[in-house]
Amino acid sequence: MIRILRQILRTGIVTGRSPQVDDPNIKVKGIGLEDSVKRYFRRSLTVREVDAGSCNGCELEIHAINNPVYDCERLGIHFTASPRFADILLVTGPVSANMEIALKRTYDSVPSPKIVIACGDCACNGGIFGETYASLGGIDKVIPVNVYIPGCPPTPADILNGFYKIFL
Amino acid sequence: MKRLAKALSAAFGADAKADGHREPVTFTVPVERFADAAKTLKESYAFLCAQWATDDTNSDRGYGIYACFRHGSEYIIVRASMSRDNPEFPSLVKHFVPAYRFERQIRSLMGVTPVGHPDERPWIKFEDWPEDSWPLRKSFDASKRMARHEGQYAWLGAEGEGVYEIPVGPVHAGIIEPGHFRFQAVGETIINLEERLGYVHKGIEKRFESMTWETAVKLAGRVSGDTTVAHSIAYCMALESMTHCHVPVRAQWQRALFLERERIANHIGDIGAICNDAAFAFMLYQCSRLKEAMLATNHRLFGHRFMMDKVIPGGVTVDIDVTAKKEILSELDFLDEDFNRLVRIYEESSSLEDRVRGTGILTSELARELCVVGVVARASGINVDCRVHNPFPPYDSIGIEAQVLIAGDVHARVWVRVVEIRASMSILRSILTKMPGGPIAVECSAPLPDTTGFAAVEGWRGEIIYWLQSGQIGQINRCMVRDPSSVNWLALEQAIKGNIVPDFPICNKSFNQSYSGHDL
Repeated sequence: MIRILRQILRTGIVTGRSPQVDDPNIKVKGIGLEDSVKRYFRRSLTVREVDAGSCNGCELEIHAINNPVYDCERLGIHFTASPRFADILLVTGPVSANMEIALKRTYDSVPSPKIVIACGDCACNGGIFGETYASLGGIDKVIPVNVYIPGCPPTPADILNGFYKIFL
Repeated sequence: MKRLAKALSAAFGADAKADGHREPVTFTVPVERFADAAKTLKESYAFLCAQWATDDTNSDRGYGIYACFRHGSEYIIVRASMSRDNPEFPSLVKHFVPAYRFERQIRSLMGVTPVGHPDERPWIKFEDWPEDSWPLRKSFDASKRMARHEGQYAWLGAEGEGVYEIPVGPVHAGIIEPGHFRFQAVGETIINLEERLGYVHKGIEKRFESMTWETAVKLAGRVSGDTTVAHSIAYCMALESMTHCHVPVRAQWQRALFLERERIANHIGDIGAICNDAAFAFMLYQCSRLKEAMLATNHRLFGHRFMMDKVIPGGVTVDIDVTAKKEILSELDFLDEDFNRLVRIYEESSSLEDRVRGTGILTSELARELCVVGVVARASGINVDCRVHNPFPPYDSIGIEAQVLIAGDVHARVWVRVVEIRASMSILRSILTKMPGGPIAVECSAPLPDTTGFAAVEGWRGEIIYWLQSGQIGQINRCMVRDPSSVNWLALEQAIKGNIVPDFPICNKSFNQSYSGHDL
């Protein structure tokens, strides 16, 4: 136990210390995002993530916005297990034919008004997987999309900035 | 001649024609003796690595069925031709368990029948696809969407007093790829787990066939986003083996550097996530902090957090200068120190130990039967590591050994990772101090028509295999991708038996197989 406490003290607070978060541009937006979440979502923006056929690259970066460096919870953003609690659907992947129905059902379970963010190049337009028998070529081919976050995969800072875009 | 090749030649005589020009040696056998060949190799203690089919109807050769075997450092491919009108081959399931999924996939995607296969249900292909859609056939139009049909998947069932079923997925509770798991349980105890994968099938193997050799490396880097470096290297090495391209030594060393950085980052992330599934959140945050530090350094030095598209046919795209070298070395010191402190905490936490020891045991016998690879294999007593058995420079000269444990439980899979992280750190140090100079890339020409290429690379999950075939005008005719997940997913089903339902997440995390790499 003593070792755990010592390690916690030694580590200190690492949030926001990454050079990528220190980018003034992003920091300004980070503050804006926090205020917006407070104002429009009563301090809590609940996100359900759906992988609709991604390569797992975007998932790693979505994990990263939950890590202590980016720590999206400090901005009021947190991830939920059930789409029924979600304000936002964060969708990755080009929508594989085999995930189409599951994605639609998840979308239907989100209470209105629904906000959908397409995260990553594949989610925006199919990316390298294109439009084939197995890949439908983007989230907006299946459900309406509000915000697009390009990148392969988008960096955690890109994803946080993407959240900000819903308030613009 | 090596062991497997010798055994096959001795048993088959003139029936097995070896093509010595191809690497690894490829034997052609009559299709009716395809399973006999597997049996002969099994008796020589071979493992089945991969099995796939090709559509050669454009060159009037019907269909081809291939199986790749390994014993120690020897790889061998056995192929047979099937007629265009009646493409079928004797199933290998009786001799090799992993053929169970390979052959279901071959039947579903290529429309070739494994005779004697015990399970006729499709795999990857869903019940709502049209019956006669076989995407890997050349006659299939991949650009069109398929019409949906009514259909039902025949799940395995279990009956009896107190038996109940828990369906999970495809959309899971966390930030994770989609797949469906169906548990049959009595009380808390799982009596059977059936996996249903294929949700992230994006038609990658078919997509390869519409790309050029240079652009396809980008697709290879996106087969499984967390293993982008290893997949790119495997694709490039397979291509380079076809074109006899000599990659500069410095480029090879740099590839190894990327590969080891990828291994460390993913292993550290896994250890944190496994502990988190035992409610030890402290470890998750500490480990994700270390992982984040590595990814940020990758971004700064190489321009991409996961080093995507940094490996190309003929070499690599970024060089390491003196400042980068210094930065990596000093980062290693910091990582080393912090990581060892965390490992000590892991070792001393008795409540954690209670969850990870004796949980999700994959016995050595089962692991061998299932031909598993990578971390999973090494935690269950199987000594297999491509960096040792099938090395490319600098692994051949740097002095490295496979880290093998025998317990086969969650703890063993964690500990293999711990030891490998330490080993990778020292590999990185040696690479950085001894890296030779020279160019970082050479021109890699397109391969000649009708040739094949093969490569096996140890990614952080395990052995990745690529097999490439060029067509009659030198295009990509077939690209077979075998991610470690293609074999290891079967082992999870076996390891979970008899465990309690709440232990599934921690077992699953300790395997941490790729859905995308499996579904392709």
